[in-house]
Amino acid sequence: MAAPTSIADDLLDESGPAIAAAADAPHPDLALVARAKAGDSAAFEQLIKQYERQIFRTALHITQNREDAEDITQDVFFKAFQKLHQFQGNSKFSTWLVRIAVNESLMRLRKRKTARTVSMDQDVETEEGAIPRDFAEWRPNPEQNYSQAELAEILRKTIAGLPPGFRTVFTLRDIENLSTEETAEALGLSVPAVKSRLLRARLQLRERLSRYFRKGNEGSAKQ
Amino acid sequence: MNCTDFLAKLTDYFDGRIDPDLLAEVKQHLCSCHHCEVVVDTTRKTIDIYRGNEPYDLPDDVATRLRSAIMARCKACECDKPAAPTKASAASKPHH
Repeated sequence: MAAPTSIADDLLDESGPAIAAAADAPHPDLALVARAKAGDSAAFEQLIKQYERQIFRTALHITQNREDAEDITQDVFFKAFQKLHQFQGNSKFSTWLVRIAVNESLMRLRKRKTARTVSMDQDVETEEGAIPRDFAEWRPNPEQNYSQAELAEILRKTIAGLPPGFRTVFTLRDIENLSTEETAEALGLSVPAVKSRLLRARLQLRERLSRYFRKGNEGSAKQ
Repeated sequence: MNCTDFLAKLTDYFDGRIDPDLLAEVKQHLCSCHHCEVVVDTTRKTIDIYRGNEPYDLPDDVATRLRSAIMARCKACECDKPAAPTKASAASKPHH
């Protein structure tokens, strides 16, 4: 397995399927980026404030480790600051940051799991969850049967069981609300590959959550 | 349209990116297949529950600490760089 390397400069280039930052009006981030490039530290701090939570959540979903996610959040913004001159506005600034975050998170996973290759391609050949098996109906608002803490634990446990490649696509697409094209750009994947992984991720999560949320199972799977 | 065909279109169906002709077929299949109807309903709930109940949050105090650390690193990095000549300093530089 190749040893983890520092983030490649080409990842910071906005190559690949370019996503127009905005069809009509320029995205407000572009003005902040321009000010930050000119040395306005308050503008860069504003960009951090806007995206620190998204970057932290993305890193935490991928690494499943809070300490790693904090370190990665710092590294992502520091790298962005160092390479700000490379950002030309061909993609959204947030997508550019997410791309750095995904790369840093996967490198962190590789360092932790030295015996295993961790990449966006890992475990994608699995057939698990590709075909629905559970056809039980759920209660109308199934999450209401659990306290906030219980529900958070169920959601964490369930998503942690997904392979990293699926988990990352689901996180970006369904939790962070990136479009399919932005997710593809951030992960360096094709649009069909994102769609395929998203389907598998959603179906696998659905099967796993069904244990808790199906009709007639009120509270029985709480422990 | 059978269940396998339907599953292949599920992502586009959720995204509302499906041709009108195909959408009619999808809806027809959903009316006749209870299993696929359940899959659509529970998959939609899966997405909604994750969107509405983010299990990982960044507490304000941790966010503030991280932001301070990032800004300190950026400032230190700026100090390490050779100062780029500004218009004013370039103008005041003695010419040889």
